[in-house]
Amino acid sequence: MSALLIAILCFGTGAMGALVFANRGRGSTICGVSGILIGCVCGIIPAVSVVLGEPSQSLRMAWDVPYGSLFLELDPLSGFFLIPVFLLCALAAIYGAEYLEAYRGRKALAAPWFFFNLLVASMVVVILARNGVLFLMAWEMMALSSFFLVTFESEKESTRQAGWIYLVASHIGTAFLLALFILLGRANGSLDFDRFSASSDAGLLFVLALVGFGTKAGFIPLHVWLPEAHPAAPSHVSAVMSAVMIKTGIYGLVRIMLLLGAPQAWWGWVLCGIGLSSGVIGVLLALAQHDLKRLLAYHSVENIGIIALGLGVGTLGLRAGLPAVAAVGFAGALLHVLNHALFKGLLFLAAGNVAHSTHTREIDHLGGLLRRMPRTGVIFLIGAAAISGLPPLNGFISEFLIYLASFKGAVSLDGINSVPMLATIAGLALIGGLAAACFTKAFGIVFLGHPRSEHAEQAHEVGLAMVLPGFALATACILIGLLGANVVDSMAPLISEVTGLSAPVVRTSLAQAAHSIAFVSYTGGALVGIAALLGLGRAIALSNRSVYTDVTWDCGYAEPSPRMQYTASSFAQPLTDTFDLLLQTRRVLKAPRGLFPIEASLATDTPDPYQRFIFQPLFRSIGRNLLLLRPLQQGQVQLYILYIAVTLLLLLLWQLA
Amino acid sequence: MVLAPLIQGVINRTKAVASGRVGQPLLQPYWDLLKLLQKGAVYSRTTTWVFRAGPVVGLASMICAIALLPFGSFAALAPFTGDLVMVAYLLAVARFFTVLAALDTGSSFEAMGASREVTLSALAEPALFLGLAALARQTGSLSLTSMLGSVSSGTWMRAAPALGLTIAGLGIVFLAENARIPVDDPTTHLELTMIHEVMVLDHSGPDFAMIQYAAALKMWLLGAVIIAIAVPRHSGNSLLDGGCAIAGMFGLAVVTGIIESSMARLRLLRVTQLLIAAIVLSGLALALVQR
Repeated sequence: MSALLIAILCFGTGAMGALVFANRGRGSTICGVSGILIGCVCGIIPAVSVVLGEPSQSLRMAWDVPYGSLFLELDPLSGFFLIPVFLLCALAAIYGAEYLEAYRGRKALAAPWFFFNLLVASMVVVILARNGVLFLMAWEMMALSSFFLVTFESEKESTRQAGWIYLVASHIGTAFLLALFILLGRANGSLDFDRFSASSDAGLLFVLALVGFGTKAGFIPLHVWLPEAHPAAPSHVSAVMSAVMIKTGIYGLVRIMLLLGAPQAWWGWVLCGIGLSSGVIGVLLALAQHDLKRLLAYHSVENIGIIALGLGVGTLGLRAGLPAVAAVGFAGALLHVLNHALFKGLLFLAAGNVAHSTHTREIDHLGGLLRRMPRTGVIFLIGAAAISGLPPLNGFISEFLIYLASFKGAVSLDGINSVPMLATIAGLALIGGLAAACFTKAFGIVFLGHPRSEHAEQAHEVGLAMVLPGFALATACILIGLLGANVVDSMAPLISEVTGLSAPVVRTSLAQAAHSIAFVSYTGGALVGIAALLGLGRAIALSNRSVYTDVTWDCGYAEPSPRMQYTASSFAQPLTDTFDLLLQTRRVLKAPRGLFPIEASLATDTPDPYQRFIFQPLFRSIGRNLLLLRPLQQGQVQLYILYIAVTLLLLLLWQLA
Repeated sequence: MVLAPLIQGVINRTKAVASGRVGQPLLQPYWDLLKLLQKGAVYSRTTTWVFRAGPVVGLASMICAIALLPFGSFAALAPFTGDLVMVAYLLAVARFFTVLAALDTGSSFEAMGASREVTLSALAEPALFLGLAALARQTGSLSLTSMLGSVSSGTWMRAAPALGLTIAGLGIVFLAENARIPVDDPTTHLELTMIHEVMVLDHSGPDFAMIQYAAALKMWLLGAVIIAIAVPRHSGNSLLDGGCAIAGMFGLAVVTGIIESSMARLRLLRVTQLLIAAIVLSGLALALVQR
């Protein structure tokens, strides 16, 4: 525990240092980055060891705040969520040090480093807190510090808009959490987590937690802030937000489910339903996007959906008394939390490299970057394959676990109870196919072919500090893919805590799954080996034959130009057309007319349908109705004093009566 | 693995007979492969290492997938619980890299094929998984070897409608994944109308041989799953079982050839409907076994 306190202290010192040395050249960058690095190194050791089975540690101190206490605890669940926080934040800080250099002279760098340290510290406290007040304070600090990071480029109108949506969305979520903790505190007489006991209105509390934490995690339709905030933020911040910050929503949900006692069957149904809709709609919206970072943001929604599917399958397995389904389902969901942090962090960093080097995030303006940015291209490809769930990388391992759990559930459950399991299988298959479509599009259009604009033509590889973090994450993706069995085995203490099943039962279930995973890894290894052999064989066969290069087969066209290439929108068009009901793409078509058509154009755009058809009208009508209160606000001090006096009088009367 | 290209030979011969031609020799696919393997190669100037990785990864993943598949009474090389998921995702690996190799050329035609390929396969995937889930439920097993091995004539007596629907669903997936009529026409001559063939336009020599062989293996793979359900044969005599399975495969090839000779390719918009029909068929099969 003391190591974690030192870590939090480091983040605090780094934050302060960034402010103090604001005027000394690179002072704030050095302070901010070193605070993060030292803190993360200190913190990750106890986090890993508690997951591997070290006893939990806690720390409780009195606090003057009403109902509050400084109650922190490190158990396997907290430790497991802390690992990606420390890993990602350290790598993102290294990346950010170079990424933000481009803004030197134009913008003060003290603020971003101050808030970055604050964000990391608050995430750590959120995960460790065991008291409602402490939790909510850290939660709020996390929302605010990330808000200031998102609005780093506040001179842009779009960024301010994105920040505003993010701020409103987070606070709506927090309002639900406030209600949740007030109800929990009233029922149990304390806001310390260890005093909470299973209560009769667990269903209501679950729904409050689902909405409150779901807003942070990005469950559809509460996801609307993600595609706005992630593209607006600097890339290392998007990486941290998408990879670890939204996972605090999942953490909170799992923690509250633990506190609420034995889960009910409908929770599992709801989680599966949310997972399915978030997964499928998230990936479809991603497919329709033109902005690289917006596309990645929607993929976060998709992956949160996959995590929710795993949680739902696990919950249903627990309810049905199938320990194998429960343990493997939860293991898949939680491992996907870690895996998504790795490959999504990697993809955001690589996308940041692209944006940094080409000054555009428009996929249709890019192309041919693999030749110009070979290192970024390789890490993006590894990330793309991992997020599409391809063996032998890490994304497949966690999806495989969820498949395994739902196949087991489908085989052992009867009638209506097997429906969520089957829906999960079909949903995961569809999501997998669509994700592969989306990432062949993202990688293929951005990195392959000819450059589609000057931006892409003049691209150059970025510095080492912006590539090495990506390579570290790519290595982690490969390692988890190849050592999946060991990883799954070592999750036993964690799963035992989350499911409440006895350790031997969990260990047996996970060992069975790990046995399969081992074969998955062998097959994956064989795949790489055979591919290498085939490549070698081809190289030998071609060594003494004629091998030459020529233009791409152009079907007889005289002068093909890069503009004739397929674009991202045309690549995705058959799929977006098939699912147009869910996407509501806007098309502006100027069709060619007459015998000698002069101009023709087609523009498509897929804004978020939930934002467009639900939230915008809703907030507009709220705004209109609130205008009715306008007469109350006259700007005259006398009038406001009158309000105060009247209110006091009413309160006094109420007290007398 | 040796017999796989022969299936294409049989299909071609069936089509030739149906249209009153003599047709190419049955072993023509083998001669094609041999010829291609002896040639040099031409690469496009636009392409990178991704283009060269495409055929290699594609063939490697098919070989791995075949190793996980039982045939006749021979078990797979390494059966394990959940290997059906692995096989499906190995096909996805092959597709991922083939599509990327197509996009690497910067050619609109190849990108068009790639786009169609990912569209159709995204829809074929749920159908495949639901069909496999129906089979898993029917046999209570999660490994292809024991799953396909435990389908017997008794299973057919008990649940003929469900198995029939599963075969129909998987049959559509078979046609779609292997780029056959009515989804894709392997003999078409216009780049615009192709799906699979157009993606590999720029590959030549040994690369193209690997692609062709991988395609043959894929057809064998999906065909073998269907045949294992349709021709359950457990006499204990491994030669007889193997013979039955091989005969079944050729039967499937003949059926495919007849389908190809008797109907035209569907419009692309219709193809998505066909695949959704496959999902529905598999779903119905599941509903039948899940009662």
